[in-house]
Amino acid sequence: MIEAVGLTKRYGAKTAVHNLSFQVRPGAVTGFLGPNGSGKSTTMRMMLGLDRPTSGHVTIGGHAFRSLPNAPRQVGALLDAKAVHGGRSARNHLLSLAQLAGIPAARVDEVLGVVGLQDVAKKRSNGFSLGMGQRLGIAAALLGDPQVLLFDEPVNGLDPEGILWVRNLMKQLASEGRTVFVSSHLMSEMALTADHLIVIGRGQLLSDMSVTDFISANSADFARVRVPADRPECREKLTASLTEAGGGVMTEPDGALRVTGLGLSRISDLAHESDVRLWELSPHRASLEEAYMRMTQGVVDYRSTADAKEGLQLPPPGYGQPGHEGYAQPGHTPQQSPQEVPQQGWYAPPPPGQNPYAGAPAPTPAATADRTERKTSEDSR
Amino acid sequence: MASVPAVLNSEWTKIRTVSSTIWTLISAFVVTVAMGAALSALLNSQFDDLSAAEQATFDPTFVSFSGTVLGQLAMVVFGVLVVGTEYSSGMIRTSLAAVPQRGSFLFSKIAVAGVLALVVGLATSFVTFFLSQAMLGDRGTDIGAQNVLRAVVGGGIYMGLIAVFSMGVATMLRSSMLSLGILMPFFFLVSQILSAVPGAKSVARYFPDQAGSKIMQVVPDALNSDPAPYGPWGGLGIMALWVVAALAGGYLVLKRRDA
Repeated sequence: MIEAVGLTKRYGAKTAVHNLSFQVRPGAVTGFLGPNGSGKSTTMRMMLGLDRPTSGHVTIGGHAFRSLPNAPRQVGALLDAKAVHGGRSARNHLLSLAQLAGIPAARVDEVLGVVGLQDVAKKRSNGFSLGMGQRLGIAAALLGDPQVLLFDEPVNGLDPEGILWVRNLMKQLASEGRTVFVSSHLMSEMALTADHLIVIGRGQLLSDMSVTDFISANSADFARVRVPADRPECREKLTASLTEAGGGVMTEPDGALRVTGLGLSRISDLAHESDVRLWELSPHRASLEEAYMRMTQGVVDYRSTADAKEGLQLPPPGYGQPGHEGYAQPGHTPQQSPQEVPQQGWYAPPPPGQNPYAGAPAPTPAATADRTERKTSEDSR
Repeated sequence: MASVPAVLNSEWTKIRTVSSTIWTLISAFVVTVAMGAALSALLNSQFDDLSAAEQATFDPTFVSFSGTVLGQLAMVVFGVLVVGTEYSSGMIRTSLAAVPQRGSFLFSKIAVAGVLALVVGLATSFVTFFLSQAMLGDRGTDIGAQNVLRAVVGGGIYMGLIAVFSMGVATMLRSSMLSLGILMPFFFLVSQILSAVPGAKSVARYFPDQAGSKIMQVVPDALNSDPAPYGPWGGLGIMALWVVAALAGGYLVLKRRDA
């Protein structure tokens, strides 16, 4: 059990973490999500007693980390895969950590086998790829067979086999009753791995709930409805009756309708009453990624801007059309003529008044092959 | 709590498993011995060219430690790397996550590295002494002569203290490059130059290397060097104060700062 109470960390004028309170319970994989620079790593460093909170505190099993008896046997952590002396072999690196906690050398060979590094155990770690570094870091975390495990971006640089392995490892560790706390920005990965999500943005808690609750609370599921293409009047008739029944309707570029707020059976009934034939009526569940983007779109610190390459080249014809504002209102459109669905990045919007960046142009993925990143916080330490 | 023997054991594993340890310590040994022996041979053959005052205060023991001026630089590198690579690699976070008691961590590390530097320093000291005396031939002295053993043991202690001082500085600065960039010119140039400048002399003689090297002299004011207001042990004491200050500074930085 990890418990943070009013955790705050300031670096000069910049607040990295602000009044964060949450609990990480044993027996589940808890995902820790947030945009770059939102304070994830700072929070994990505070959990490990590496950074001192400006105010508030975080405890592991009821103890502040620095006063934990034999910390390596209780808490295992992977913070940075490359935090290894490159001239030391993998085995010696783990051996030095094992000796700290009185862990026998045989355990070192065990965890090397668990992470699949037994063949390169005697090799210097500066020749390791990022994925091998991650495995070494995971081995170090597992060394003391701890009840609490912290992983900061554990699947970075891993191959698909490695990602699957980490996913199963996390689940297995949690099923053994351990507390597993994993930070990541790979939503698809978290959707498969985590049971519970803690989401922060700009150092503040945005959400603390189970994955299924998170998705349903932060995204609107919708139904796609298609009417015969040669009967535009049918579409308008159906739109009118759906809107009247309280549904939100938007049109997709190919003429299909996105309907929110009404169940499939109700849509079918309404179509039948309006005497409109349907060519498609399909349910669409929002992914965790959509839910996450909707949740954090207002608190992204490093947002890429479209690379105009001004002065580098003459814009080809058709270039330079501004990207779509990616966040459209999905439902609750009282107008009779339905709104167009943006072609890119359809996310449910944040509650009104909470998004200071609502007016900022969102990038279209095609225009951001080159990215210009705004850096504000990571270097301020 | 990670017990102190466990931390010591772990630090010993860390230090013996990187090649920089071997190479810096071998350099310290080879450079000191080779330069001491070479200068002893040179002075022996050129003895008649020395000034009368230098001949009168000829100190065969101190001559055999001539190589220390260069050899200590390798000790500085050793000391800086022992601490600095923890920061440059990011290993410091792993280490401190495993040993939350930062005092135990730092002083165990420095104890292990310091004892190792001391052992190598003593070995260097004895080897360079005997080799240099052989080079000096009739002008040499004997380990049994008055104060000579003190000077030879002191030469080893001096090497160890230089390494520990560097570890303290590196802990304060938290960077190998920065520490080397300050310590190398200081010991190699600044201290040497200032000790030759009339006005600055009286300050420079309190620098750690200037004060500490007094322990290696058997003849007072050896080779017509300037008289100092402290004796050999007093000089080593001044150096020890510098070391304590560097360690205290390093400890405070490690304790206060976020890793």
